[in-house]
Amino acid sequence: MTTMDMTALLLSRIQFAFTISFHIIFPAFTIGLAAWLTFLEACHLLTGEHIYRRLSDFWLKIFAVAFGLGVVSGIVMAFQFGTNWSELSRRTGPIQGPLLGYESFTAFALEAAFFGVLMFGRDRVPRWAYLVACLMVALGTSLSAFWIMVNNSWMQYPTGFSLTPDGIFVPVDWSAIIFNQAVWTRFPHMILAAYVTSAFCVAATGAWYMLRGKAVQEGRAMVAMGLRLAAILVPVQIGVGHLVGDFVHDRQPAKFAAIEGRWNDQQPASEILFAVPDPAAERNRLEVAVPYLGSIIGSLSLTSNEVGIRSFPPQDRPPIAVPFFAFRAMVGCGLLMLAIAWFGAWLSFGDRLPKARLFLAATALSFPLGFVATLTGWFTAEVGRQPWTVYGQLRTADAATPFLSTHEVAATFVLIASIYMLIFGFGVLYIYRLLRAGPVPTPAISLHGTNPSRPLSLPGASPGASRPAEIGE
Amino acid sequence: MVEFWAAVLALAILLYILLDGFDLGVGMLFPFARSEAERRRMLASIAPVWDGNETWLVVAAATLFGAFPAVFSIVLSAFYLPLFILLAGLILRGVAFEFRYKATTSRPLWDAGFVAGSYAVAFVQGTAVGAIVQGIPIAHGMFAGSAFSWASPFSLFCGLGLCIGYALMGACWMAGKSDAPLRDFCFRVLPGLVIALGVFLVAVFIWSLLLRLPVLHRWIERPVLLLCPLLGAVAFLGLIVAIRRGRDRFLFAAAAVIFVAAFATLAGSFLPYMLPFSMTIWQAASPSSSLTFLFWGAGVFVLPLTLAYTLIVYFVFRGRIVEHED
Ligand code: HDD
Ligand code: HEM
Ligand code: HEM
Repeated sequence: MTTMDMTALLLSRIQFAFTISFHIIFPAFTIGLAAWLTFLEACHLLTGEHIYRRLSDFWLKIFAVAFGLGVVSGIVMAFQFGTNWSELSRRTGPIQGPLLGYESFTAFALEAAFFGVLMFGRDRVPRWAYLVACLMVALGTSLSAFWIMVNNSWMQYPTGFSLTPDGIFVPVDWSAIIFNQAVWTRFPHMILAAYVTSAFCVAATGAWYMLRGKAVQEGRAMVAMGLRLAAILVPVQIGVGHLVGDFVHDRQPAKFAAIEGRWNDQQPASEILFAVPDPAAERNRLEVAVPYLGSIIGSLSLTSNEVGIRSFPPQDRPPIAVPFFAFRAMVGCGLLMLAIAWFGAWLSFGDRLPKARLFLAATALSFPLGFVATLTGWFTAEVGRQPWTVYGQLRTADAATPFLSTHEVAATFVLIASIYMLIFGFGVLYIYRLLRAGPVPTPAISLHGTNPSRPLSLPGASPGASRPAEIGE
Repeated sequence: MVEFWAAVLALAILLYILLDGFDLGVGMLFPFARSEAERRRMLASIAPVWDGNETWLVVAAATLFGAFPAVFSIVLSAFYLPLFILLAGLILRGVAFEFRYKATTSRPLWDAGFVAGSYAVAFVQGTAVGAIVQGIPIAHGMFAGSAFSWASPFSLFCGLGLCIGYALMGACWMAGKSDAPLRDFCFRVLPGLVIALGVFLVAVFIWSLLLRLPVLHRWIERPVLLLCPLLGAVAFLGLIVAIRRGRDRFLFAAAAVIFVAAFATLAGSFLPYMLPFSMTIWQAASPSSSLTFLFWGAGVFVLPLTLAYTLIVYFVFRGRIVEHED
């Protein structure tokens, strides 16, 4: 239907994948950190132990920087719907417009009302009010994530709309759109992903301090709290992941077949643990499979027939390799995190942690696992949805801005990518400096001339900047 | 409902122009500061408010997508390249603000980003207004031009004009916020900026009438509209008087009225068209089921909250900046 240049389309997809992958790194971290700060404040209020206060002060600084970077990268996302996906926004605007509108408006309402208290109100409001502010920020970030997941779930499983003759999606039933079946599993899966990611970041930081013999008391608290939390959340996450998978099995069979790497219908089906899919030959190489397990996972039976990708016409098939490998990476990270969390939680009861240096090293290195699982999970969901942008309704090729040329997309891609690299390079460096400096008391922040809603300004001067000889930029 | 959202959109855009306008202006005047102390004072005059100001751009964009997706899709795709430059400018500006104080050796880099970002954002916005006035080619509800359709002598001229206008607002703002020597600096640059803006406004008024003859008919049909440019002219004279007498408290108000008048003139010339003269607000609006849904949360709750928050911040940070050692 459109005359779009196929390379421009591909570049637009890569550009969107790049910018949103960058964006999600920060929310994935801040959604969890906001909850973590709330937890620390609650502990402090209940027990009065000073260590909770020190931990909370420390993580607040990290939170501020990550939040700022999340906001900056989110603004680009909002504009991309119009620039690169103008047909998508024109045709689904009546539905996605209000949903994304709610997302931004929620973010503002939260930022406006409670973020300032969180950043600058420590000594100005009573402790309980400070706790409430933390809680509201945590709720606000989750609400923001809720609207985004509603919007994305509607694209995965469109309901509650009618189509006008000229192809515009008109909402007819908002409750069907919002309380979309897919949201009920995907939203918890996303929130848990954020919590698990943050729990591992906290534990890894603690392990790093313990290994360096620095801030040992705080370090131990971080490892114990992070890993015990993860020991509960990771198995829940795996269970929810299974429910998400059930939904995909029932509603997006082509994606499910791609995830499973199953080319042909099979009865009873086996489960492929590893293989190298070969799309040209429409078969797998180096396949390692467990008989019957595919039917058990897919339909909880020993005899079910499971659909293979070749049952779909070629123009309706998603790519195989990305969902297949990305899914395995996510599950692999999940299992690895489960092992670390359970072993570490067991070690943490009793006094065995300080002596388990090898385990501490493994924990310190485990901080990327949550991010990797989150990203590969999204790759599974989004690439597996192809060739559709609105599943079964609007093809990706028809969703893009029709007249864009390769040169234009390439130019904006290079521009955005280089700016992101610069900004995020410095942002990450800055977070690293804060982490390395550890939970040291910072000089009091003067409110003068600073804006409560200005997240990056909280930590004051960079801890590195005062020791230039050591850092060198 | 359609009228409500059109009004919200207009308010968000107007607030954005007035608020972010002056802090972009400060960014444009930044390279002319003579010392680090002066630069710090310039930044201090906008530090507490700039990102709240920018919020209104996102409010405007979210409202546009939420309520008028047809225009959102046309305008954002029509300005594909300039929009990315605008986004890049906004990011550089925003981050530079914070990073310049954290940097050890890379401060010149962030300063350059701050200045270049400010110019780019202002210029792109002016150009976009010019191109929309001139008319965006549309067919079947889609943008029907090319990647450079927006670039014309008229639109580029508007880009330049908006830079002048924002710089003027920036100077007026700083003059009201600071003491000598920054205040003296502002009074030095103001006369030139005022003359330039005056010339620009007259030129652009005539030029747009030549380009868009139907506008003339509207002015003849609805002579009340003439009040808008009249108001602008009065404010302009007020500004000149205030500059001559050194009345720094009135400067910003006068400049703001000029902008309000220009905005009203523009809106009066084209309403009910959102994209002159091809798409009205009713053609652009989402179905009522979408608008009503958005109304009950965003319209009733979030927008008043954001407005109130803006007022509170400006109230808290009123008055002149005071020196304090770093
Ligand atoms: C609100 C909607 C939304 C949300 C929450 C996400 N995406 Fe998405 N994604 C899209 C809306 C979308 C899209 C606009 O619909 C794209 C562009 C083209 C397409 O078909 O889908 C897309 C494409 C897309 C692609 C390219 C797929 C392809 O073209 O083969 C990747 C890899 C991702 N996204 C990754 C992500 C990640 C890492 C997310 C985590 C935050 C994410 N998406 C959330
Ligand atoms: C296409 C998808 C997305 C768009 C258009 C988008 C848009 C935005 C925008 C504009 C902001 C800045 C708001 C502000 O100025 O305060 C933002 C921040 C945020 N986004 Fe997104 N976003 C997307 C995906 C996601 C996803 C998938 C999540 C999580 C599940 C998420 C969670 C958040 C959160 C929690 C914030 C607050 C800032 C932070 O914590 O880093 N966003 N987003
Ligand atoms: C180990 C068992 C797991 C299973 C069976 C599982 C299952 C799934 C499935 C089937 C999807 C695709 C959903 C879709 O297409 O809509 C998915 C997506 C996702 N997964 Fe997992 N998952 C597991 C573990 C994890 C872990 C440990 C994390 C992160 C810590 C995680 C994070 C995500 C994310 C962020 C998404 C994308 C959002 C979504 O579509 O819901 N998953 N998961």
